[in-house]
Amino acid sequence: MTAEVAVQFLAQGAQMALVLLIAPLAVGVTRRVKARLMRRQGAPLLQGYRDLAKLLRKESVLAESASWLFRTAPYLIFALTWVAAALVPSFASGLMFNWAADVVALVALLGAARALLALAGMDVGTSFGGIGSSREMMIATLAEPAMMLIVLTLAIAAGTTRLAGVADFFIAEPLAVRVSLALSLVALVIVALAENARIPVDNPMTHLELTMVHEAMVLEYSGRHLALIEAASMLKLTLYLSLLICLFAPFGMAPAAAGPGSWAVGLGAWTAKLLLGAALLGVWEVSIAKMRVFRLPDFLGVAFVFAFIAILLAYLSLGAAA
Amino acid sequence: MVGLYGLGGALGVLAVAAILATLTRSALALVYPLCAGAALVLGAVDLHVLLSDGSLSASLPLGLPTSGLRLRLDPMSAFFGVVINGGVLTASLYGLSLDRQTELTRRVEPLFPIFAAAMNLVLIADDAYGFLFFWELMSLSSWALVAARHTDPESQRASHLYLVMAALGTVSLLFAFGGLAGPAGGYSFEAIRALPPGPAVAALVLAAALVGCGSKGGLVPLHAWLPLAHPAAPSHVSALMSGVMTKVAIYGFMRIAFDLLGPPAWWWALPPIVLGALTAVLGLLYAVLDRDLKRVLAYSTIENVGVIFVALGLALAFKANAFDAAAAVALTAALLHVLNHSWFKSLLFLGAGAVLHATGRRDLDGLGGLIRTMPRTAVLFLVGALSISALPPLNGFVSEWLLFQAVLAGPTLPQASLHFAAPAIGAMLALAAALAAACFVRVYGTAFLGRPRSIDAARAHDVGAAQQVAMGVLALLCILGGLLGGPLAAALGHLVKAIAGGALASGGGPTPLSLVAFGAGRSVYDAPVIALFVAIASVTTLVIVHRVSERRTRRGPAWDCGFPDPSPTTQYTASSFAQPLRRVYGTVVFSARETVIMPPPGDRAPARFSVALVDHAWRIFYAAPARAVLGLAQRLNVLQFLTIRRYLVLMFAALVILLSIAAVTT
Repeated sequence: MTAEVAVQFLAQGAQMALVLLIAPLAVGVTRRVKARLMRRQGAPLLQGYRDLAKLLRKESVLAESASWLFRTAPYLIFALTWVAAALVPSFASGLMFNWAADVVALVALLGAARALLALAGMDVGTSFGGIGSSREMMIATLAEPAMMLIVLTLAIAAGTTRLAGVADFFIAEPLAVRVSLALSLVALVIVALAENARIPVDNPMTHLELTMVHEAMVLEYSGRHLALIEAASMLKLTLYLSLLICLFAPFGMAPAAAGPGSWAVGLGAWTAKLLLGAALLGVWEVSIAKMRVFRLPDFLGVAFVFAFIAILLAYLSLGAAA
Repeated sequence: MVGLYGLGGALGVLAVAAILATLTRSALALVYPLCAGAALVLGAVDLHVLLSDGSLSASLPLGLPTSGLRLRLDPMSAFFGVVINGGVLTASLYGLSLDRQTELTRRVEPLFPIFAAAMNLVLIADDAYGFLFFWELMSLSSWALVAARHTDPESQRASHLYLVMAALGTVSLLFAFGGLAGPAGGYSFEAIRALPPGPAVAALVLAAALVGCGSKGGLVPLHAWLPLAHPAAPSHVSALMSGVMTKVAIYGFMRIAFDLLGPPAWWWALPPIVLGALTAVLGLLYAVLDRDLKRVLAYSTIENVGVIFVALGLALAFKANAFDAAAAVALTAALLHVLNHSWFKSLLFLGAGAVLHATGRRDLDGLGGLIRTMPRTAVLFLVGALSISALPPLNGFVSEWLLFQAVLAGPTLPQASLHFAAPAIGAMLALAAALAAACFVRVYGTAFLGRPRSIDAARAHDVGAAQQVAMGVLALLCILGGLLGGPLAAALGHLVKAIAGGALASGGGPTPLSLVAFGAGRSVYDAPVIALFVAIASVTTLVIVHRVSERRTRRGPAWDCGFPDPSPTTQYTASSFAQPLRRVYGTVVFSARETVIMPPPGDRAPARFSVALVDHAWRIFYAAPARAVLGLAQRLNVLQFLTIRRYLVLMFAALVILLSIAAVTT
């Protein structure tokens, strides 16, 4: 029994280490694909790791008006995002964390990280920090209702809000790809783009002040603090890719009762799918332009409408099954 | 028996405190210690009754001549008693170190114990007469507290509106109890329970109860008085009104809808769910656009009352369909939110009081940088702000999580209107949660973070020890409530079982402290495990980062893209923070219109920017009826200035009409 618990604990620890290790690579893949599609050479795939290492080596410059909250927030934001990322099943669905929080709690953990980041943006008292925080919170109010509807659709289909349970359901019934789930997928992709500050919602590469959201909030950070914030946003991207994989393409994932053997298969499948997802993100980003901030309600409105139609269809299929 | 003596004694102490405060000025210092002691005793008795699932009852030869005054403390009253006395206790603690020499406190202190006692008495009233009498006592004593600053025109307006709305509420509760008692007229709750009314009367009673309790709790569109009245009172009284008195309104609704009205029909659920969801979203939209610290808190109270009404509505729907487990989840969500909201809202109002005391201001655009000048208050207020934004692992999220689980069970309901309402409600609740986070990031970011925007904010200082202890207790409760959601829900098990018929599932989570909604296979939230892992992850990160990274830290001017401006007016203000939200939601809900007057090139006149918002709820539900009443009064005014001949004609016509009616009917 204790050996089993130890294996479970180790597996969970491995998952936490895994998401942390792979996150900079995923961002590297996206950037590389973008660069090649723009016919640039692009940075090496491992540039993400080098950036983090560089930032850690630099001294941190704090604004005179920064308070303790500004210095504490990066650690908490990183930890919250890290734990949230470890909650999403990657290579196996039966890990320990899957019993500790469901997808509602996962969204809320990310919400806590976001609120802390927005507070940190306001802390120094500059206009850029404020503009970033205020827009970030506005975008969140648009994305969260859509996210809630997606969760509701999945709960109707799989009968649970535990991510591992939903994954197990889709592994067991791979043909359950219904229209409502396809619509949910579109909605979740849009929400994920907004949450990760990707094009067309925000441009992660921009340094043109008026178009920035996420970058404006973290403008005052440097050195190790910036490294943590950057690592947290890389983790968040991995988290959303993992979430999409876990919900809509869970094949290869080790089911709840499986042992280390199928974990290896799951690991390979998950890594391949994750990197493919990162590459697709790169393709998407070069093929679309960034939107003006006040066009965003329309864009996220599409996610909301899709998610709502998905629910209605799910009701119909529920009615047909009953 | 000890419990009864405790109740009687504590209420007696409150009466003595009120009398002492009126008689002698030297006794004013005794008011808050006496109130704190009484609240402690009352809370202990309530807690005992709640946990032991017992009840206490007494009958006094007061009140109506035939029946006397019946009092009864059952688990439902006891739960709300715990909530109320927790609030009274911390508000009294906060009051201990208030300056006692001002004219204002001398007007407040005799009324504070009366208000506290009245709320307790509403809970233990066991007949309609006692309920309405104490309800009115509660309304009037809180009205007098709102009017304490009676020379201030804003307070005058607030107290006037509050009085009108309180009267409306009591009148409609009078109708509700009239309907419940029926033609036979048994006004004791026992008699009402024995003979529940038929469906038509039940609908009327439910509507009257929604108006009566909703107006006290701030349900849209009966909310307009609340954001004016709650902030007008001194801050610890605001904490009581917002954190606790709104819960008495919830109690009133629960007592009528879940107890007196008999077994529910499914359609009873619709009005509270729809009104509650509207209230939740609208309350926060008002809050996010307002610039007054205390008024923002009052608007957010409206939102939380809306959330509680949604949970109660869902519980009614599930109970009517005999979905006991789902009803238990929804009801537990409602009760835990009642408890949690009383804690964080009291904390935030006390914090706002501390800010007001230290700076003399409550306009967000005049504050800033308080995290350095009032460090302790800043930490405690942050706990409250994060809790109310429903962020894990704090307490606001526990009830929010349970409520979402209840919404997720909505699709299983057989009634089409209910199961199509479920996704809409879920989306509105998610919107409300996201808006709450935006609202409190805005409040905390402008008031406590950044640079001071006024000399008052720059010179602020932390408040006295008693005030800090009061806020500290509440902040601790917010944290513990977040971690121990599972055991708290289990402690409410008896009460939930008695009302909803089912119980929350337990066990199956990773630790015994997990909160389990329908069974471990379906949904689990284990705050201690999550909090532990977040703590481990942040400490590990801290240690590792400090090992491997460059540890030097330099202080320099803010970067701000190379153009830092030393003037604090260049910071984002509360109004600028709200601008994107105003453009996205305000244009729809408040017909917000922005006008920019830009002088032509060469003209040196300043550019002007103004925003016009229309409060449609006020326009439709308050301004229009008020105009109609005034117009009617003016028409009728003509009757005062007629000639004697016309009066005689009128009297003759009246006589003819009456005689012809008499002739027809006999």
